[in-house]
Amino acid sequence: MTSIATEAEAPEASKAPRPRTRTLAGRSPRDLLGRAAVYLLLAVAVVTVAFPVYYAVAGAFMGPSELSSYPPALVPHSVTGRNFSGAVDAIPLARQYANSAIVATVITLAQLFTSVLAAYAFVFLPLKARAAVFGVFLATLMVPWEAIIIPNYLTLSGWGLGNTYFGLVLPFLASGFGTFMLRQAFRQLPGELRDAARIDGAGHWRFLWRIVVPLNKPALAALSIYVFLSAWNQYFWPLIITRTANMQTLQIGLTSLRDSEMADPGLILAGVVLSLLPTLALVVFGQRFIVRGLTAGAVR
Amino acid sequence: MPTAPHTAPRAGRRNRWGEHGLAWAFLLPSLVVFVLFIGYPLGRTIYLSGHANDLFGAPSRYVGMKHYTDLLTSADFRRTLVTTALFTLFTVVPGVLGALVLVLLLENRIRGVRLLRSAFALPFAFSVASASVVFAVFFNPASGVLNGLLSHVGLGPIGWLTDSRYALVSVAVTTVWMNLGYNVLVLSAGIGSIPGEIVEAARIDGASGLRLARSITVPMLGPNLFFLTVVSTVHALQSFGQIHILTKGGPDGSTRTLVYSVYEKAFAYGSSDFGTASAQAVVLLVVVLACTAVQFGVLERKVHYA
Repeated sequence: MTSIATEAEAPEASKAPRPRTRTLAGRSPRDLLGRAAVYLLLAVAVVTVAFPVYYAVAGAFMGPSELSSYPPALVPHSVTGRNFSGAVDAIPLARQYANSAIVATVITLAQLFTSVLAAYAFVFLPLKARAAVFGVFLATLMVPWEAIIIPNYLTLSGWGLGNTYFGLVLPFLASGFGTFMLRQAFRQLPGELRDAARIDGAGHWRFLWRIVVPLNKPALAALSIYVFLSAWNQYFWPLIITRTANMQTLQIGLTSLRDSEMADPGLILAGVVLSLLPTLALVVFGQRFIVRGLTAGAVR
Repeated sequence: MPTAPHTAPRAGRRNRWGEHGLAWAFLLPSLVVFVLFIGYPLGRTIYLSGHANDLFGAPSRYVGMKHYTDLLTSADFRRTLVTTALFTLFTVVPGVLGALVLVLLLENRIRGVRLLRSAFALPFAFSVASASVVFAVFFNPASGVLNGLLSHVGLGPIGWLTDSRYALVSVAVTTVWMNLGYNVLVLSAGIGSIPGEIVEAARIDGASGLRLARSITVPMLGPNLFFLTVVSTVHALQSFGQIHILTKGGPDGSTRTLVYSVYEKAFAYGSSDFGTASAQAVVLLVVVLACTAVQFGVLERKVHYA
């Protein structure tokens, strides 16, 4: 998209004949002052934004005496791994980690599958009530989940699925957003592709999995990251649909670390650091995909 | 090609029948999920809001609009609405403006832009729960970093989460931090899509710094800022985790927003007052739908969905 284009243009712009004159000496004092202010503001902003991240990591390695010292220590003097083992002892962390991984993976794969099929139907198949059906998909985007959480809780408890994996994933196996995003991507494919595939004797099923899906890997990656992050980070639904520590997801486990009798900040921060590993990896390595996903509904 | 018309239409027609069936088969999995977990619960929420329920939450008798009229006359609920509005204001305005300032500062051809942009995107990796428990550690009145820093400048310990004057602001600060990564990513993408020639032309005309931002960048970001404001508002209205973790609606109900009130009535402390909770859920639904309607109403002229 255009963001890629500007990145590519940027080096050329800086290669323009300006650099010589743009030395320190060539600048007016007012210009220099302005730049100093920009750097100062940015420095303050970076410290403010990054400090909680830094402190979570640093605190996770501090001993209890440092964490409760007054005024608080900002740098761990003796690095300890005790908080991590302590967190593992306090809650069934491994089990909750697995729960979160299972739930987020199942939701991601299921949403990819259902969204790919639905988007394909909208783009490549004839449909009488296309506008109306698409309207239904769009309408699902506007309903706040919190407003319909009570009947969903009653439904799934009524089916005996409270405190089960099925209860955790069932409502999230399809998504209007995923369908909308993939439909936008599929429409970019040239129509001749389908004609060519038809002439080669490929039916819809084969065309979908052999041509459409491989050609849309970036959009599918963006959707996967987005769905996985949202599922991994869910809070309200797992809070009410699970009852036992063994069925809770990691996010609920973190809260129980805070609410527990001891509420040791070291254990809490160690738990946070562990819970961040997968999402941090996704944010760092998948940033360009995330941007694409985030702005799919925005104006271009 | 002249020989084709004889066979093609018939084969085509049969094929098209099959294709219609295939289309519905492809849509079916999604539609089933939507009907069971969005459509039905929507109707059911409205149904429940018109019924009283027994102690176990089962609807017992039809009471019409009683739950709504009760809400309208309840001072507690009015306070909940005010708290919700304040929380939205405290998170959306600083969140959007803060991200705008950061993104504009990053436009100043400075060194290490990529690194900085990644730093600002860091909070995006945090879930509601992880961000909230980290801030809970900060806000701790005795051992928290915030009061520690305050004590250096001689200011007394503040009950960030236990004093009803500060609790809502503290929860809002946590929320602003949590959403900053998302906001920066959205606005960066917006700036990236401003045509380079326009910015170059303005620079050649001598515009830079504040002037460039005021006359070119901010106006060009208009649609993105609007999108971000609406999305942030809807997110703020739906906020739950940070309130549940940090304050549980307290102290003294000072952080009880609409969503939190729904949770309290329906699920907290063994309460199963699904009737009242559903009426509040319907209020939430109407407010969120109104925000979304504004978005679509304004954007309709600018975006082509079909």
